Amino acid sequence: MTKAALELSDVRFSWPGKGGFALTCPTFALGQGESVLLLGESGSGKSTLLSLICGIVAADQGEVQVSGTDLGKLRVGARDRFRAENIGVIFQQFNLLPYGRVADNILLPLRFSPERRKRVGDSSAEAARLCADLGLPDGVMNTPAGRLSVGQQQRVAVARALIGRPPLIVADEPTSALDAATQDTFLELLFRQTREAGSAVLMVSHDERLGDRFDRVIRLEDIVKTERAAA
Amino acid sequence: MIFRLAFGSLIARALTVGMTILAIALSVALFLGVEKVRTGARDSFADTISGTDLIVGARSGSVQLLLYSVFRIGNATNNVTWESYEDIANREEVDWIVPISLGDSHKQFRVMGTTNEFFDRYKFRGGRSLDFAEGQGIGDLYDTVVGADVAETLGYKVGDPIVVAHGLASFTEHDDQPFRIAGILAKTGTPVDRTVIVSLEAIEAIHVDWQTGAKSAGPATPVEQIRQMDLQPQAITAALVGVKSRLQIFGLQRWINEYSEEPLLAVLPGVALQELWQIVGVAENALIGVSAMVVLTALIGMMAMIFSSLNERRREMAIWRAVGASPVTILGMLVLEAVLMAAIGAALGVVILYAGLMVFQPWADAAYGIWLPIEAPSLYELQLLGAVIMAAALASLVPALRAYRLSLADGMMVRI
Repeated sequence: MTKAALELSDVRFSWPGKGGFALTCPTFALGQGESVLLLGESGSGKSTLLSLICGIVAADQGEVQVSGTDLGKLRVGARDRFRAENIGVIFQQFNLLPYGRVADNILLPLRFSPERRKRVGDSSAEAARLCADLGLPDGVMNTPAGRLSVGQQQRVAVARALIGRPPLIVADEPTSALDAATQDTFLELLFRQTREAGSAVLMVSHDERLGDRFDRVIRLEDIVKTERAAA
Repeated sequence: MIFRLAFGSLIARALTVGMTILAIALSVALFLGVEKVRTGARDSFADTISGTDLIVGARSGSVQLLLYSVFRIGNATNNVTWESYEDIANREEVDWIVPISLGDSHKQFRVMGTTNEFFDRYKFRGGRSLDFAEGQGIGDLYDTVVGADVAETLGYKVGDPIVVAHGLASFTEHDDQPFRIAGILAKTGTPVDRTVIVSLEAIEAIHVDWQTGAKSAGPATPVEQIRQMDLQPQAITAALVGVKSRLQIFGLQRWINEYSEEPLLAVLPGVALQELWQIVGVAENALIGVSAMVVLTALIGMMAMIFSSLNERRREMAIWRAVGASPVTILGMLVLEAVLMAAIGAALGVVILYAGLMVFQPWADAAYGIWLPIEAPSLYELQLLGAVIMAAALASLVPALRAYRLSLADGMMVRI
């Protein structure tokens, strides 16, 4: 079997001095190119789980493997570099540096990931291609990101996440700031591009209606247990 | 790209960043300005006298003697008798000696009695001689030579009559004996520019009818009669001395200082200047200290500005983290931001400094005789600018370390 895009096993983590919030995840996996919608309300451990997957924090025990690499075995700096190489991140909102040009924002991850940069080749051309494929207007590359509409900003965020085809895309409620019509187009575009790039998608949302577009829909509470020590 | 984004981030916050940069620029301009005035004043003082081996006057302090004889600052406490002057002049070691007699004034300028030899012997700025812009030296008893500033301020030309006032701030004028301007000296940048020079005899002549500081009653002695009188002065204020060999300076100095007929003082101009710097140094250090504090204040302002921006930029930090920037990169970006602000502030400060110099240079020269040269920044000034930028980098470490900790804790998950 090929390496999974993401695999968690026997993970346990607790925030130091954060009211003793702790999270356990016995097992969770995401195949290559698979798309999974993770349903969960805020406070269900969503942020902590994403921090673990992205290597912002390291698990206290167990393994978090992205593309076959155990993040826990990497040092802090190496985890940051690994994230840059292998994971594209899309936030709910305010994805972009508003003072940077669209091109700067899209190319930003490449600044921290030499291998991804190599994979891309002509990075400006690739950024322009992504912009065009995502239905962004011509000449958007030189526009300051802060001047775009929210919907356009989210598409630029997709381009940034996808450039260099990282094996895993993590999206944290990327559609919640969009209206229903834009949401649909956005997901359509996102999936077309991730399929093309062969990237697995892990999207977190509280909106069950998005589910039919995904290979699998999982409830967060089914894979993750959280406990908050009595304060 | 990071550099461009850091720059873009600054421009996005143009107002607060602009204020901070302005504060740094003004403090840097003040700091460099104080430095310029300090070195300008020192150079102007040091350039004032050269080629003179000893200054001789009545016994007082060496700094005081230097100040009143060369810089026309303050007054002599006592005079040197003509006999003492001649005794010194007759010494074997003495190559030349120029007497100086002070005490009268013309408008706001001081009058100095001396001999024509003064124009040959007085040297400034590393051995340069006095030049006549117009006219010539003193030929007649009532001839006078004025400095460049005197001529310019009062609009004098060669041949104009002038009247000398008694004392330094007096309305009593020696108006019975008008002088004629025989020559105007070229600009020197020394107190000579602000001096009215007459012959020693002329000083005697205008005081013929004066006894112990007051005009004696009765009709004034006619000029024709004065011209017939023996106008050999009884006393002078000071004398500039050149020796034949530099080896003899200390011997002659000791001889003068131990002169038994009357208490005299001989000083080496350079040594007296050094003593002056020691006195002035305290005030200089205070000025430097104050202006350094102003720079420090501006940097603390910048630190506070970065601090207060951190909270609203947590989202921005999260984006950087998400695309793979390490907390160290974020720390580095904040330091870079501070260095950029300080560098722009320092550059702007230099611009303000030069603009200020252009405006104030003529004024400082005219009012204080301090020449502030407009020239490329010295190595020392560049080092100062570098130190300001370094200090900014250090100051920014405080908020940057906080951002470092915040970005470790927040990671990429900040809810706004």
